[in-house]
This record gives sequence, C-alpha cells and structure tokens, in this order.
Amino acid sequence: MEISNLPISPSIRSKLLSKGYTSLSSLSSISPSFLAQELSVKLEEAVEVLRAVSDTTTSKSAHIPNGIIPGAVTAWDMLSEEQMQRHISTGCEDLDAILGGGIHCKEVTEVGGVPGIGKTQLGIQLAVNVQIPVEYGGLGGKAVYIDTEGSFMAERAYQIAEGCIYDILDKFPSNSREFLSCKERLQVNNFLAGIFYFRICSYTEQIAVINYLENFLTEHGDVKLVIIDSVTFHFRQDFDDLAQRTRVLGGLSLRLMKLSKMFNLAVVLLNQVTTKFTDGSFQLTLALGDSWSHSCTNRIILHWNGNERCAYIEKSPSVASASAPYLVTGKGIRGINSNFKRARIM
Amino acid sequence: MANKLISQMGLPPSLSHVFSARNILTAKDALSLPETDLMTLLDIDIALVRSAVASISEATCPPFQTGLALLEEKMKSGGHLSTLLPGLDNALCGGIPFGALTELVGPSGIGKTQFCLKLALLAALPECYGGLNGRVIYIDTESKFSSRRMIEIGEGSFPQIFRLQGLAQKMAERIIVTRPTSISEFNDSLQQMKLTLLQNEVKLLIVDSIAALVCWDNEKGTISSRQSPLRGSLSFLKSIAEFSQVPVVVTNQVRSHSSDDTFHYIFKGHRKDTSNSERSESHLTAALGIQWAHAVTIRLIFEAHSGHRFIKVAKSPISPPVAFPFVVESSGITLLNQEGISVAGSEINAIRCKGCNILTQ
Repeated sequence: MEISNLPISPSIRSKLLSKGYTSLSSLSSISPSFLAQELSVKLEEAVEVLRAVSDTTTSKSAHIPNGIIPGAVTAWDMLSEEQMQRHISTGCEDLDAILGGGIHCKEVTEVGGVPGIGKTQLGIQLAVNVQIPVEYGGLGGKAVYIDTEGSFMAERAYQIAEGCIYDILDKFPSNSREFLSCKERLQVNNFLAGIFYFRICSYTEQIAVINYLENFLTEHGDVKLVIIDSVTFHFRQDFDDLAQRTRVLGGLSLRLMKLSKMFNLAVVLLNQVTTKFTDGSFQLTLALGDSWSHSCTNRIILHWNGNERCAYIEKSPSVASASAPYLVTGKGIRGINSNFKRARIM
Repeated sequence: MANKLISQMGLPPSLSHVFSARNILTAKDALSLPETDLMTLLDIDIALVRSAVASISEATCPPFQTGLALLEEKMKSGGHLSTLLPGLDNALCGGIPFGALTELVGPSGIGKTQFCLKLALLAALPECYGGLNGRVIYIDTESKFSSRRMIEIGEGSFPQIFRLQGLAQKMAERIIVTRPTSISEFNDSLQQMKLTLLQNEVKLLIVDSIAALVCWDNEKGTISSRQSPLRGSLSFLKSIAEFSQVPVVVTNQVRSHSSDDTFHYIFKGHRKDTSNSERSESHLTAALGIQWAHAVTIRLIFEAHSGHRFIKVAKSPISPPVAFPFVVESSGITLLNQEGISVAGSEINAIRCKGCNILTQ
C-alpha cells in the first residue's frame, strides 16, 4: 500500500512524498522524533502518521482464530447466527412468508410506493410489532422513528398498538403461568413509550441524526428497529447538485448498514416514486436514482394490483422475487385471509 | 437547525477556527460534504474530522420524544379543527389536523372554495361555539374570496350568533386575505408569516389555490426542468405547519389524464389495460404531479358522478377510504350521508367529473 492511500491530511502527505518516503516500509523503522524533525511538524502529528502506518501494516499479518482475515467469520458461523435470528413480523402472514419470516435484522430494507399505498402504515406497524415480547414470538425491542414528512400520527400508532395487543391476546391462551407476567407489559402506553420519535425538517438534520444515532444506540441498547419515513423527501426538495447528492446518500447508506450490523437491528427506509425514461417510455421507479438502488440490501415495492394492495419483493439476496397482497385495516396491516372484523375507525 | 453556526457549538477553538477559515460556517455546509472531502478541504486528519462531524451532528440533531409524549401533547392541544360535518370529522379522527398539510383537489366549480370559506369562518369563531378563536390567513391566488358569501354561510350555519350585533364584523375582521401575484411574492409572504403566526394568534392558513401559482411561473419557460418551481415553498409550508402547529389547507386543480399518463412499474410489464379506455373520457388527475402527492399529509378529493358530488378521503394516515355525498347550500357544504360509502381499491384516487354539466343534461 502506498503513502498516498494513508488516512492523513494532504499537507503532511505531500511533505512525506517530497522528502522521499514513498512506501510504507521506508517508515517502518523511524522514531517519531526523527520524523518530526525531518518533516518539520509537531511531535504529535508524527506519532499520528506512524500510528496510521502501523494500523495498515499489522492488519495484514495479525493472527485471527477462525477467519484468515481479521474481522471475517466463516459461512458456517454466519449460518448458525442467521438461524437464531428473529424477524420482525409485518402483520400480514403472506408478506411474512415471502420475506422468509419478516424483516431481517442486520440488513437495510427499502420500501417504496405511490402516495397513499400504505408505506407509513407499514412503518408504524413495524414500530409496534418489534416491541412484541419475546414470549409471544417477537423481538421485545424498541424502535426509532425518524419522520421527515410529518406523517406519523400518534393516534394512529395508538390504534395499531391496540389492534396488535388484541390479536396477541386472541392468539395465545392467557392462562399459562409464563405468559401472565408479560401480559402486564402488553399495555398500549408501553408500546407508545417504546417508539423514539425524531422530527426532521431538512436534509442537514437528516444527516445529523444518522450520525448521532451511533451515540444514541449505545445509550439505548434495546432498540431493534430504525425507520426513516421517508428518506427521499428532503433530498428531493433542496439539493441542486445531483452528483454531490449521490455521494452524500452513499455515505448515509454505508453508515446505516454499519449501524445495523454493529447493533444487530433492522433498518427500514421508506422511499417515494418518480418516473424514469427507459425503453422509450416513462416508467415508475423508486426515487433517488440508480446509484441509491444499489445501497439497500432488500427492496420491497408496494403497488396497486387492480383493486388490491400488493407488496412485491424486487431485490433480496436470500428470498425469491414474489408478490403478496395485504390490507390496511383499522387495526393496522393485515393479510387477506386473517379472521378479522373490519373495525370502523371512530 | 440546519443553519446553526459552528462557532456556537462548543467545538475546541482551534477546530472551529479551521472550519471558519475555509468558509464552512453552518452545520449545513459541514454536513453536506462527505468526510473525505472535508479532510481534504480543512487539511486535518480523518480521526479529527470524524469527531468534529460527530459533535456537529449531535448539536444539530433535534431532540427526540417518545410516541406516548406525542400522544399526550396532541390530547392537550386538541389537535383538530372540526369541520362540523360529523361524517368527515369521524373519518379524520376529529377534523383537519394541526401541523399537517391538507389538500383539497377537484374540478372547478365543485365546492372547494366554499369549503375553505366555511373553514375560515369556523377557525375565527369563539371557542364556545366550537371554533379556534383566532385569526385566519387566506392566500387567494385566483381572486375567488367573497366576503359576502362568507357572511351568508355564517348566517346560514349559525343564525343565532350572527344576528348578534357586531359579531359578524368581529369575525370578518379576523380573516386576513392576501392576493400575491407571483411565486416570489408568495414566498416572501410565507417568510414573514413564520415569525408573525404565533404573535398574531393565527389559527388557520388557507392557500386557494396553489396550482395557480405554478401556472404563472410557466411563463418563464421552466417547463423544461423536471423539478417543480414550488420546491422551496413546499417544504417551507410544511415547516410552518409543524413549527406553529396550525392546520394548513391547500387547494389544487385538476388536469386531464391521458392514457400515456398511466405509469407502470418495470416489473409489471406492458399490459394493455382495457378498462382504462372507458374511463379516460372523464378521468382527471390532480395537478402538480407525484412529488406533490407524496408531500401532502391528507388529500380530500372532490368529484362528481352519477348526479351527485362526493368528498373522498383519498390519502390519510388515520382514515379508511370513504366517500361522502354532499351538496352546496346557502349555509355552505352539507353531507347527505354521515356514514360514508366505503371505496375499495385504487378507485379512491380517481377524480371524475360527470353528471354536473348542464349542457349535457
């Protein structure tokens, strides 16, 4: 690896090159004070440079137990880890089935669709379902809801939480001893208190909150889901330089992916649609461009199929492309075959 | 928050001097650049850049609330402007919500301005009569505001109040009408409004209609750019709504819907939808495009078919898709059916205008 690839400031790099230090080996046996004198920089800066050098060289030759490369794990270890993972149910059994159990943790899932199809409804449903206690088949974690459009309505979250609790109590017999203790936790107010809500009014705040999430998640270790509704809105409004927008979005998606792996949580991004000129006509596609479409692990498109709402898995590394119909009811997102009474919203 | 100055964020002085020396003064400047660009620009190493960005982000990030706190806040402040149409109020869980953008879209002459006039009156009424007891700002871009009609609606809906001496005048004095003639004037008045909304106890903002503003701007030849000229105003309207927690009602126009307009996803293939051909004669679509449709929180579609007029709740986070038949009377809009008719599927987004044209009868 060359000096030019080291993460140091440009002026120090140019000084190194002008003094003839072009490769890492030339710096391997120099003391910090000698380097400081050579480059006429402060001692601390010389120490930093040598530390950067040693970081890059030791990583190549360290001994790691299982993987040959530091930070790697074998596929077998990953398989056992994946099988132990719980998924976040969407509320609709058909959709859960085609997703392989639900929304996966440690992955970034993008959900997009036309206005009014139910993206925010799905977001709120996931924020409630992630809090279902482990005894009832859920993750028992909390949710972070980052709202950029102002479409989160607390009254609707209340309705959905109520509907979720009603269905759980319906499904599980409530007389067994182990369920009695966590039944007390099944209160609508507890579910609402477990959603951390951020209201974002510009793309600067959006970038700031994603940067800040690392600290926040370290403090609140029980968060298992981060939803951004929607990731597109501010980036479509005020960003004039599209190339810069692509770079900033790339940085955002990398950071989100890192957060999902580090804290073992699911990240769900809600996206809008736009039209794109392909094959001689305008087609509907998710917003933010082609480069963004590579950033997410999974992609689900919600669309109208005649008079039905359908969810189509457009992109996923582990499940096949498939479509499942779903309904938006008074109690939240449900499948078509589930037994329910269509409750009127009062 | 985006324009927060870096110098006031409590960074170590040497660091904030480096930022200001390179003309990166606000959080927006710093966070819009990727970290490697910042490193090159400021000539400091990556670890320092990362910690600086982390501190700036923490300072710029808005505080969080739990869902429970949000609900309690909503309960306290009421949260809705009742339209006095029981069916619609039920469907919207109380009425037009505070802090969100509600859009009324429909063909011309169907009753959108009548609805707005009644809302303006309702917001101005004292609280004992179900109003918000505040001022109303009515931005009238098509010169449709008629104070005489509004007083007529008032006398029809609340006869006992309006006969009281001087009350009609007091109500009318609370409604402030402005008539901007260009988008820049509109933006300027929005900017000033942000400060004065709270001071002057404005409880409702109506823009009738927003589509007209875009039509004026087309003269400058911006049709070539695919980005809407309303971009800046849109997010600003939303932030005004959030910031001052007032309901914002916006009226939109319709334009005709040709079969080319039916966009499909790539994965659905090119299927010829035969049912579309019979609908295309009366099929209209909302103006301002899909970006606007995403941005509004609640969309109420006014349409006419089979000899009746309907208000449909097309897009709303808290309502099922229902349609209410209505008529326009001297006392404003009245619903004929308080229960509402449930509308299945994508029909809820269709706008039709059949059966109310006198020439075809």
